[in-house]
Amino acid sequence: MIPWFATAAALLCAAGIYVGLFVAPTDATQGESYRIIFIHVGAAWMSMFLYVVMAFWAVIGLAWNTRLAAMMASAIAPTGALFTFIALWTGALWGKPTWGTWWVWDARLTSELILLFLYIGFMALQAAIDDPRRADRAGAVLAIVGVINVPVIYFSVQWWNTLHQGASVSVTRAPSMAATMFLGMILFALGFWMYSIAAALSRARSIMLERERRTDWVMTEVRRAAA
Amino acid sequence: MNWGSVDAFVSMGGYGLYVWGSYLVTAAGLAIEIALLIARRRRTLRMLAHLHGSERS
Repeated sequence: MIPWFATAAALLCAAGIYVGLFVAPTDATQGESYRIIFIHVGAAWMSMFLYVVMAFWAVIGLAWNTRLAAMMASAIAPTGALFTFIALWTGALWGKPTWGTWWVWDARLTSELILLFLYIGFMALQAAIDDPRRADRAGAVLAIVGVINVPVIYFSVQWWNTLHQGASVSVTRAPSMAATMFLGMILFALGFWMYSIAAALSRARSIMLERERRTDWVMTEVRRAAA
Repeated sequence: MNWGSVDAFVSMGGYGLYVWGSYLVTAAGLAIEIALLIARRRRTLRMLAHLHGSERS
């Protein structure tokens, strides 16, 4: 299944690059600098979405004490952290030419930075606890408490007066941008989504094999693969 | 097609540093994660082969 998602991710991102850098027109006010939007928005969406998915697995793992759910949560965290970093990085590179500053302590940027710290905190906490089952539970509690930050990020541009612009795309109305610009953004968002599934599944598979290495089913698999 | 020349494409209307800084760092980030995932998978499989291979003999 992983190669399918990885291939879809590569194709969608390649199409996103083509539409975003070659087809989409120059923006009237921002010139070419707006082309950062194509990765910035997709990465920012994924950073929040992956956190929610991670917290969902954490809830399942905590409520039913299932190892697989906890492993899925652990598998998602590094990819989520990566997309959070990309969102912040591209945001800084976009902020400099358009706002005149790399960084401001406004609600949207600060809450996204907190999201990065939540991901890093989750991974550090799990790495610091030797017993995997205790690490799962401790990480799950952190992930679930931290999920409160996601709506804060999402609605920050409405709740506070931020330098960050409001949403250009919403479910209830037509996007306030040219069709090709919108297409480029969606292609990258879908590409990042497929990438995240492939990356998380690959990591989950390694985590599972490492943790269950003493079990009969892993032993059987290894012997069958070697035979 | 928006670009008259390769130079125009690279300079991105004067925003080349910001646009390419975004795209290249994103590409590098994804590439590093993919490399780490592949390395981890290989390490895990080696560890398993070692673990269960030695138990059998």
